Amino acid sequence: MTEHGSQEETDRQQIAKLIEGELPWDELRNDVLPDPKDGQRFETTREIIQSKVGWDDPVLVPLNDKLYAVGTDDGRRVRCECGHDFCDLDEHWKEHARVRVREDVEEMEEIYPQHQTPHPEWTFQLREWFCPGCFAQVDVDAVPATYPVKRAFDPDIDAFYEEWLGKPAPDRRDGAAD
Amino acid sequence: MSIENERVAGEKRRVREDGDEIGWDGRSLQEMLRETEALTEETGRYRGLERLEMKEESRFEYERLYSRLRGALVSARETALHVSASPIVREIGELCFQIYTPEGDSIAVSTGIIVHVHTGSLAIKWMIEQDYEHDRGIEPGDIFCNNDNDLGNVHTTDVHTIVPIFHDGELVAWADGVTHEIDIGGMSAGHTSPVHTRRFEDGIYATCEKVGKDDERFQDWKVRGERSTRTPQYWDLDEKCRIAGCHMIREAVHDIIDDVGAETFKQFTREAVEEGRQTMESRVQERLFPGTYQSTSFAAMPFEEEGWKPEQQRDHLIHLPVEMEVETDGTMSVDMEGASPQGDHSFNAAEGSMTGGLWVSMTQCLLHDGKVNDGSHIALDTNFPEGSITNPDDPQLSFHAPWGTIMPTFQSVWQNVSQGFFSRGFREEVVTGYSETSDTLQGGGTLMESMAQLIPDEVGDYYPIGPFDLSCQGLGASAVRDGLDWGYAMWNPESDMGDIEEWELTQWGTQYLSRQVKTDSAGHGKYRGGSGWEGVMTFMGNDEASLLKTAQPDVTFSVAGMSGGYPGSTKYAVRAHDTDLQARARQEEPYPVGDTPPGTFEEDIDGDIVRTERGTYFPKQFDNYDLVHFQMGGGPGWGDPLDRPVEKVVEDVEDQIFSPGTVEDVYGVVGEFDEDTLDFEIDEDATDEARERIRERRDAESMTYDEFFDQERQRVAEADVSDQVATMYEEVFDISEAFAEEFEAFWGTKGGLG
Repeated sequence: MTEHGSQEETDRQQIAKLIEGELPWDELRNDVLPDPKDGQRFETTREIIQSKVGWDDPVLVPLNDKLYAVGTDDGRRVRCECGHDFCDLDEHWKEHARVRVREDVEEMEEIYPQHQTPHPEWTFQLREWFCPGCFAQVDVDAVPATYPVKRAFDPDIDAFYEEWLGKPAPDRRDGAAD
Repeated sequence: MSIENERVAGEKRRVREDGDEIGWDGRSLQEMLRETEALTEETGRYRGLERLEMKEESRFEYERLYSRLRGALVSARETALHVSASPIVREIGELCFQIYTPEGDSIAVSTGIIVHVHTGSLAIKWMIEQDYEHDRGIEPGDIFCNNDNDLGNVHTTDVHTIVPIFHDGELVAWADGVTHEIDIGGMSAGHTSPVHTRRFEDGIYATCEKVGKDDERFQDWKVRGERSTRTPQYWDLDEKCRIAGCHMIREAVHDIIDDVGAETFKQFTREAVEEGRQTMESRVQERLFPGTYQSTSFAAMPFEEEGWKPEQQRDHLIHLPVEMEVETDGTMSVDMEGASPQGDHSFNAAEGSMTGGLWVSMTQCLLHDGKVNDGSHIALDTNFPEGSITNPDDPQLSFHAPWGTIMPTFQSVWQNVSQGFFSRGFREEVVTGYSETSDTLQGGGTLMESMAQLIPDEVGDYYPIGPFDLSCQGLGASAVRDGLDWGYAMWNPESDMGDIEEWELTQWGTQYLSRQVKTDSAGHGKYRGGSGWEGVMTFMGNDEASLLKTAQPDVTFSVAGMSGGYPGSTKYAVRAHDTDLQARARQEEPYPVGDTPPGTFEEDIDGDIVRTERGTYFPKQFDNYDLVHFQMGGGPGWGDPLDRPVEKVVEDVEDQIFSPGTVEDVYGVVGEFDEDTLDFEIDEDATDEARERIRERRDAESMTYDEFFDQERQRVAEADVSDQVATMYEEVFDISEAFAEEFEAFWGTKGGLG
């Protein structure tokens, strides 16, 4: 199990504000940014997120601002905060997303002014990935045309819980309902 | 003997009289290096240290020694920079001091351009492997110099001075000082030039040369600097600055040894390196999440029209994939398999360049406490494929501007590490990236004789152009707030725009006309990237001036934002020659102070206006009253722009970060903007409708993944991509079987494109 800093546990309300982006700068600067970090941050964050989402399946790890790895009776899944399930965690969630590709200069100029976009002759794309359930924009890729879709993060969830936190993941605990 | 420092003179006599090996306990440096490498390799711990005895049993003394040593490095930097005359050293602090073990392992590093944690290490190890101790000789009072990237450096205009520190006949440490030169000669004026293709064009190369003894530089070395650089006064004073700093460090080490004894000092240095390794591993376990992380950056070199030499007249798109593994034991790896090959350009980045980028990044995101050293390096495995742009095997290539490769690459590293921070709950530590530090104006001019009389200076009338206000770019957003506006450079965490007057003092024939916000440069998102800015400069009192500009990104993006955020905008170029500025000034008519929105620069100036989508141009002649526009970029954003609170979007418009048209298209925020009062009055109903419309368009204009896959796969089959993209793939397939297999497996094709 990892040893953590000796700082008192960061106030739960402070972390809740942090997640909402509402923590004032002085608290962020003085309480949250400096070392040592709060050793309970992961669990506190996970509990706050769990209390906010509209389902009982345990959140295992946040993947980004909208997507979570969750444990379900059907195995580990990638789920949007709107409740839409993309796929099994082993799969790449982008293969179950909607995507809009901007490559023409007119499409780029909806986002950026003239001259501040990629040159159209270089066939460079912005790929905007949407949740099919709520059409939140969950990721953007900036890649040349025909570039393979890569998986940004493949977490080793069991290793994290068992070796770093010293306990099974929430979906692997005996009879544990999170 | 000319050494005035009696202690060093005594050490030299001792070494010569003894005639023994200069390593510890009668061993050679080569023997020490081999033993250290073997013990570290065998155990995974620095020199196999089982325990940090001194740190555990004499904790106060250990920490006091660390503080004293690091304090000496910081003090050397802060004091010695006043010896320099170069504004990029004196004003911006483009220098750094390090101390190394006899084998060349970094023990501690000062503040400043901390890219050099591991660069001096590579150079010292190279000298040891080349048996300098028995051939060239390593003695107290010697001075070595290196700026050869292939041997241990970041780019050629970073110049190292390396000084051995002896005690009682043994080499106990090395001091290393680096300054960033504004000029080292070469075929084009500048400190990071895109013009060069081969080593022979880069200017002075010091290849781990002994350039002095008895604390004095050799006469022939000084003459070489005087005759080989465009700004010999800066070259000379910067070198004196480095030597002065190294000698301050040497004195500090002597004082420490006098106080605590050589054995204690030696033990401390060993433990300090091992502590660095342990700190790195514990930080990884504390802040990241085990797993595999991937991000890819791209770097463009649109040189087909700009190139001078036939072999460089082509457009390059450089592939910079970064895969990172975080292991449960706290070790980490950075793998760049699939990076583009080396080439006939100056973006070639040696191993020292890449590890420089790595450590300047890690010191900002994981190792904030100043205890970064080569122990951290041991805890991190790197693969920069040989023959790639990240580890060329041809030292005859140009290494003048490896930042063109380093800066995009480490955006991907930052994104990978930030993904770990986010998943672990440390949202405040997320950084989505940054704007690369350009537009870089570089060149020089000759002052008109009449003007030169007004600026008395004994060294002549050539002046360099290399303002370092490029160190103030937009930082990427975090996952809890917007990125820092116009205040970040990835290569120097102490970024500083510098006073305009400071640059004008040395860039005699140039005058700034403006600095202002570059509207619509920041990357969009729930949290936006930091904004960039733009400026306009003119020329006065010149006989002639030549100027180049480099810009990244310009014709492509380097990398996206994160979690639904967009990259900052690209950059471009506009300049004006043969203008009516003089007449406008006399008649008190307006002149350009920017180009926002793009295309308005021309409204307030008549002349030969040159505007290109590419932001880079090779050296052009500028005459008096010509104008040059330059642009600093915005950082990438985080999260879906529709999640950005409307009141923050209002602030963005009123602060001119974004234009009203842009926020309507991207954020769905609609209102009336008063350009005189800078008030933005929201139309709430129209805003609700616009946000709903954006969401509906996402549905209507998007496709399923299968449709997307079929569409792109068809383009793969037909090779329906630009020549630049096709060439990028072909070149990478040639040197990376792994990437070729990955590409083919993904698309289910054989033989690449077409």
